[in-house]
Amino acid sequence: MTQPLLDAHRLTKRYGDTTVVDDLSFRIDAGECLGVIGPNGAGKTTTIRMCLGLTEPDAGEIHALGLRMPRDALAIKAQLGVVSQFDSLDPDFSCAENLMVYGRYFGMPGPRISERIPRLLEFAALTHKADARPGELSGGMRRRLSLARALVNDPRLLMLDEPTTGLDPQARHLMWERLQVLLQQGKSILLTTHFMDEAERLCNRLLVLDHGRKIAEGRPRDLIAEHLEPDVVEAYGNGALQLAESPLKAYAGRTEVSGETVFFYTEDARPLLEVLGREHPKLRTLHRPSNLEDLFLKLTGRQIREGG
Amino acid sequence: MVNHPSHWRVPQLSFRWWPVFRRNLLVWRKLAIPSLIGNIAEPLIWLVAFGYGMGALVGRVSFEGTEVPYILFLASGSICMSAMNAATFEALYSAFSRMHVQKTWDGIMNAPVSLDDIVLAELLWAGYKAIFTVTAILFVMLALNISHSPKLLVAWLVLLGAGITFSCIALIFNALAKGYDFFTYYFTLFLTPMMFLSGVFFPREQLPELVRLVSAWLPLTAAVELVRPMFMDRWPVDPVRHLLVLAAYAVGAFWIALALTRRRFAA
Repeated sequence: MTQPLLDAHRLTKRYGDTTVVDDLSFRIDAGECLGVIGPNGAGKTTTIRMCLGLTEPDAGEIHALGLRMPRDALAIKAQLGVVSQFDSLDPDFSCAENLMVYGRYFGMPGPRISERIPRLLEFAALTHKADARPGELSGGMRRRLSLARALVNDPRLLMLDEPTTGLDPQARHLMWERLQVLLQQGKSILLTTHFMDEAERLCNRLLVLDHGRKIAEGRPRDLIAEHLEPDVVEAYGNGALQLAESPLKAYAGRTEVSGETVFFYTEDARPLLEVLGREHPKLRTLHRPSNLEDLFLKLTGRQIREGG
Repeated sequence: MVNHPSHWRVPQLSFRWWPVFRRNLLVWRKLAIPSLIGNIAEPLIWLVAFGYGMGALVGRVSFEGTEVPYILFLASGSICMSAMNAATFEALYSAFSRMHVQKTWDGIMNAPVSLDDIVLAELLWAGYKAIFTVTAILFVMLALNISHSPKLLVAWLVLLGAGITFSCIALIFNALAKGYDFFTYYFTLFLTPMMFLSGVFFPREQLPELVRLVSAWLPLTAAVELVRPMFMDRWPVDPVRHLLVLAAYAVGAFWIALALTRRRFAA
């Protein structure tokens, strides 16, 4: 077995009486994309901060790239690329200058950074914006500039904290496409996200966190197969809510109510759909395969979290 | 619980402060001329208004047994105040913008640069801003024929040191600030009283005995006591003591500022 790029072992972090990360272990192998999903306050950002040596764990160990965090924080960070949740681009510099100045923090000589800048801008689809300042860019462009900046040192491992939050679908798809290119180039990625389609599309493996604990881990498809019935029938409209407690329940392995909608999780949706069509023709129904979002909501509940 | 390294541990400094300093230099170069005008206009207004206006009323002031023109007395004190103000503004408002508002420091810390080196870079940068302002004002003073003492070159070095000292002190308040409003306390409770207690505008001999005893240990007093004689082509009395006071404030304040900044970023 090859050594993982990053190996976090039994991490715990407390702030006062609150345990933000609780006995969390995970690893990232070379070339893989590990997704970390969880509701607000699940400990995703704290976990990343510990991996960057910015916050010290109260217990546990982190090894990365053959080195140890936080003792070798600078040597590890020399080989990392980080996109944090909030932009920290320099507003007074153009895109190209942002890359140049950031490259210098890695001790890279100016000519080497200059040589990389056109390629990085091209990668971020920002060649035409080389001289524009971040304030003149759209949200998606700013995030891509942050990604390009994280790539200035040609890192082996990328840590991306909600890289697509707040982007419109076009910008998000462009970001996904860029991240897929990076994975094809053999980079490894740790990605936190609130978007289940993003996690499903990009990540080889997922870590589901809640209240700082790991509540599930595995490949997206495997997790869905393991925890959920394959089919979902959603029913909504007048009288839908009563169905949850009706004999129709027998057709489903599990039913859930959220707002005005009833979710029937089932191995085989056909008998249920037939009965629904016959007895409740006015109800609106949606039949679809179960997905990561269903899994997420099953594992972490449907109630809104603080700050959510 | 594992033992976390103390926030008060010894500063771990390296040359990685340089790209951070260079970053600030690069931003400033874009705005250097307007900022230069802003930096030297106010001290010069003080100098002209008080030096020539008050100077006409006051006439000559007694300094170490000789009578000197008030404008010379004031110029030699107010240049220290300018170093203090320039360093303080940079280490408070500008550093706070970078640290808290723009999250520049967070971005830098994702690269292999430690917080210790960032704080060092900020203190050197504020020191640089101070000496830049001081240099510009010195040239104006030379042009105004206020002093032509060759010892001004040494005074220039002292002023650089004083700028660094005041940067260190200001960085403590930067580390504690929740917003810009907080800095008003620092100005009204510390800097403004110090301005009047350190012999910038009038000889400290005018102060009541007890106040004078306290003022003898203020960093601005140390700077004024070192710089003023050099404007008159003399060497300061007791230079070691004043240099030690400045150095003690610098080292002590840097340590405290670093510990408080580490605590701020560990949360």
